[in-house]
Amino acid sequence: MIPTEVLTGVQSLLTPDLPPPAPGPSAAPSRFPMGAILLPLGVAAVTLNAWQLAVFFTESQVFPTPLQALEGIWELAAKGVLHRYAISSLFRVIWSFLAAVAVGVPFGLLLGWSTRAAQAFNPILQVLRPISPIAWIPLAILWFGLSELAPMYLIFYASVFPITVAAMASVQSIQLNYVRAARNFGLSRLQMFLHVILPATLPQILTGLRIALGIAWLVVVAAEMVVVNPQSGGLGYLILDSRSAGRYDLVVAGMLIIGVIGFILDLLVRQVERLDDIRWGYVSK
Amino acid sequence: MSVSLNSSRPMSAANPAGGTSPAVVLRDLTMTFPGTRGGEPIRVLDRINLSVADGEFVCLVGPSGCGKSTILNILGGFQRATAGEAIVEGEPVRGPDPRRIFVFQECAVFPWLTVERNIGFGLLHRSRAERAQIIDHYVEMVGLTGFKKAYPRELSGGMRQRVELARALAANPEIIYMDEPFGALDYFTRFKMRTDLVTIWQRERKTIVFVTHDIDEAVQLADRVVVLSARPARVEAIYPVPLPRPRSLSDPAYLETRDKILATIGLGLQKNGVK
Repeated sequence: MIPTEVLTGVQSLLTPDLPPPAPGPSAAPSRFPMGAILLPLGVAAVTLNAWQLAVFFTESQVFPTPLQALEGIWELAAKGVLHRYAISSLFRVIWSFLAAVAVGVPFGLLLGWSTRAAQAFNPILQVLRPISPIAWIPLAILWFGLSELAPMYLIFYASVFPITVAAMASVQSIQLNYVRAARNFGLSRLQMFLHVILPATLPQILTGLRIALGIAWLVVVAAEMVVVNPQSGGLGYLILDSRSAGRYDLVVAGMLIIGVIGFILDLLVRQVERLDDIRWGYVSK
Repeated sequence: MSVSLNSSRPMSAANPAGGTSPAVVLRDLTMTFPGTRGGEPIRVLDRINLSVADGEFVCLVGPSGCGKSTILNILGGFQRATAGEAIVEGEPVRGPDPRRIFVFQECAVFPWLTVERNIGFGLLHRSRAERAQIIDHYVEMVGLTGFKKAYPRELSGGMRQRVELARALAANPEIIYMDEPFGALDYFTRFKMRTDLVTIWQRERKTIVFVTHDIDEAVQLADRVVVLSARPARVEAIYPVPLPRPRSLSDPAYLETRDKILATIGLGLQKNGVK
């Protein structure tokens, strides 16, 4: 990875010593945002049409048309199942994810900071990391039965590794100059952590959190298909339950809801990336 | 000189003897890096001897990779010499110290802080009002008025180096170490930065040890230019530059000094080639 300093250094050879123009929200704000709105809408329209036509020509009796799927969502909402199940799933994801953040970020920072800690823990981390959470399902049931803890354990497991690894890598890739400058100004260990290590690593950690949250949302659905108490339900449970009832319109409806909620979750995390103290890690110049 | 060197008490800037007490003393400073992958150890510095007076502006010049920056890193407390001594203000260097601030070649301005918070970085122990006052003073001195709230990404390379210089000055150090601070800048910016640095130095009178491979830069800035040989670096020659500042690049005295140094470097390279 080329440090941005090098790139801007090269660039400053080409331009006089003037500040670059203030980065605006978009390159051409006056024109209609055709690329951002029309293009994805067009693709969505084509996809929905293709879906509709596929159902029409295959004369499928079980696979729903887009409209039937939408009606499915409406039906679930009307029955009050939709928001109950969505909240169940979100509850599991959020708490397990927060637990993974609470464990993964400090642990990762430690591994990144201390060579000895990395030497000690990295190998076992790298062996545990590739074990799919699905492989843990039997043990999760054995340990936690059909309680809330079983799916939450799986989500925690799936998201704690990407967070740990991102935090570790973020510390290891801090520019030496930042650390040296901070030591030069005589910062205490705590000040060093608060004023340099944490802000320097935040963008990369946040990227890790975003990936982990995406994985957590994938895993909750899988976990709820196997290890969930039908009383509390969840979107994964909804899909499996609808399949048993032969209601494929509700299966597809559930899938769409999962997709939309996942999209919204990602959008929320992205808002954090826009904060001024963090944005430096994402802009190229 | 050796008498004052051996005294163990810290030497103050206000020396009644008339500023003869050196700010920096290098005695037989030697640095050998272990060879990588079983290769020969690499000797980078070979018995460097140098004394920098309090308030003096000294430039270290030498061919690329000769170990100039290593000297500065040892002085800054970031690296430890294999042999010899680095004595700063009467005490051996034990580590980084806020009384001596390092200005890095590759910008070490914190990208997550605004200009003013970067400049105030060395002032965390001061009160808010004091900090604001000092920040304003140095923002103006380095010519960044109006950019206090800007983030480094919104500045050009030259302006970022100004932020770093202001950050160093704001900490009110006794010595500033500058490691090719203008090396990544374009010709015009570099030129302007040098002129401004001279003005600022004349006002602040800090001791500056400045590493560069640009002979013009060295002669334009320094009280003395220390010419180092190719690796392992030895002190090849030391040229005083007794010219008034600001220095004109077309002044015959300036050109004469510069050409002498160029000749030294040429000879230095030849000597190595013969070996």
